[in-house]
Amino acid sequence: MSLDPSYLDYPRRRLGYDHDLYAYSALPTRKPLAWPGGKGVAVWIVVSLEWFPITPSDTPFRAPGHMQTAYPDYRHYTAREYGTRIGFYRLLDAFAKAGVQVSVAANGAIAQRYPSVIRDIVDAGHELIAHSTDMNGTVASTLPVEEERRLIRDSIATLSEAAGTAPRGWHSIARSQSFATPDLLVEAGIEYCCDWANDDMPWSFANGLVNLPLNHELSDRQIINVQQQSVDSYAEQMLDARDWLAGEAAAGGGGRLLPLHLTPYIIGLPYRMDAFERLLADLKASPATWFARGSDILDSYRSQS
Amino acid sequence: MQEGSADPGLYDFSPYRGRKPFSWPGDKKVAVWVSPNLEYYEIDPPKNPHRASWTRPHPDVVGYAHRDYANRVGHWRMAEVMSKHGFPGSVSLSVALCQHHPDVVADANARGWEFFSHGIYNTRYSYGMDEAQERAIIEDSIRTVHDATGQTIRGWLAPALTHTPRTLDLIAEYGLDYTCDLYHDDQPQRVKTTSGDLISMPYSLEVNDHYGFFIYNMSPRDYARTLIRQFERLADEPSGSVMCIPLHSYLIGQPHRIGAFEEVLRQIAADGRAWITRSGDIADAWRTAQAGADA
Repeated sequence: MSLDPSYLDYPRRRLGYDHDLYAYSALPTRKPLAWPGGKGVAVWIVVSLEWFPITPSDTPFRAPGHMQTAYPDYRHYTAREYGTRIGFYRLLDAFAKAGVQVSVAANGAIAQRYPSVIRDIVDAGHELIAHSTDMNGTVASTLPVEEERRLIRDSIATLSEAAGTAPRGWHSIARSQSFATPDLLVEAGIEYCCDWANDDMPWSFANGLVNLPLNHELSDRQIINVQQQSVDSYAEQMLDARDWLAGEAAAGGGGRLLPLHLTPYIIGLPYRMDAFERLLADLKASPATWFARGSDILDSYRSQS
Repeated sequence: MQEGSADPGLYDFSPYRGRKPFSWPGDKKVAVWVSPNLEYYEIDPPKNPHRASWTRPHPDVVGYAHRDYANRVGHWRMAEVMSKHGFPGSVSLSVALCQHHPDVVADANARGWEFFSHGIYNTRYSYGMDEAQERAIIEDSIRTVHDATGQTIRGWLAPALTHTPRTLDLIAEYGLDYTCDLYHDDQPQRVKTTSGDLISMPYSLEVNDHYGFFIYNMSPRDYARTLIRQFERLADEPSGSVMCIPLHSYLIGQPHRIGAFEEVLRQIAADGRAWITRSGDIADAWRTAQAGADA
């Protein structure tokens, strides 16, 4: 038995990455960035607002959180709708109470189906990030480029129409991209994406697109749903992360990014909201934190680089 | 090993009960070694017929970016807290990292860490290799690590834990001292090979941060408590055992985990019963202790 001889060829074994999408840079040797007001930690809340058709598509793959039973899967369809109808409004109230503004990664379908939700987001001063068309709008390198281009444009057009302004950011479903995605996003006027969770600070693609790393391990879905931990443990982990990042910033490392990725049908349940509101208050009370929307972070990063 | 045999025939049975205790240097009870995996995963590797590299179509942004975090952020954070508390690393190295990110390898080398091979890439698997191909990755590993660090590798952890029936014979033939691929004991043990002396170095999947966080779904503080319990139990038992803490900096180096982990290092260092060392030093000390026992 032997493998094809090409299996031991390494044509991209070289200095830097095995791709040309972006350059290598180690955080401790990078030029430090400072956040406004001398704050050490930018707390970036991103809420995913998603519509799951009850007819799931497996092309190119089925989105996480999608339907799981035989048709019609009322259980998962309606539980996710609960997030948009109820949980999301609990979150909006909590943000207002804490006096913070956030980014909302919304499917285009939310704008088409529930335009009042988009108005409530915009009226409160939150930012919209384009998050595909609906939860069947997954992207992968197996998707023809023309279909991906159309999906990106449809998402941006519907959100722009409902919000009155075009989104500057993009978040792929399940963070999945094709090798063409960064170029397609720039072509569509997008300034940043938040799919590549490889850093604790913003960085730039070779084509000028900025990536704001939205740490997927710090998401409510990962900690509460995937790892099956309590909301109290979730809050404790966010505060531990805040403390560590603030310590690095205070030691001269420059600013750091603490993303909180929230899912209304997970965090917005009644028995989890008290702990989440306490977490917001604790984060807000810290002199080290700057609550920022993605576009605020983008502007600060761009002004310094 | 004997290919096709129901028992791979790697070692003799030797139960825990009745073993003669021995002390590690400095009369310490437990040898503790920390093993960071410094890895490189390719974004679009060729497919091995026995195992796919990524679960999704390439690029698997989640998988790739998560591992990339290690080399941009996680390593530097993890290495600092290890050095602060006096823990050297014994690195399981994707040796192509010497080409891709030589800064990471040079940093580990400058901290006095030992390197052993974890294959060329963690996305190239040994399954299905013929003998010449497997010799090529062993020779590549020895040459690449020596060129980058001046060190001659002494150990092997198979790339992504993928083996052939001849892996252990071959690494012994090339003069390597130890394998980290066998999990049958808390003490170093001899491995039967066709070609030379080889030690099974106690590694661990159970207290590996990957198992802690992604198999057992522990919180950061639960994982830290697990490591402390592991250490305290071994330190209370007859001496001469080994505790390995295998790490991936894209996991342990995250801001919500590193603080709890630093507390583990602080406690083990303060306990006084640990010989905090590197895998190659454990192999040497164990051989010396065995020679004394045999005399």
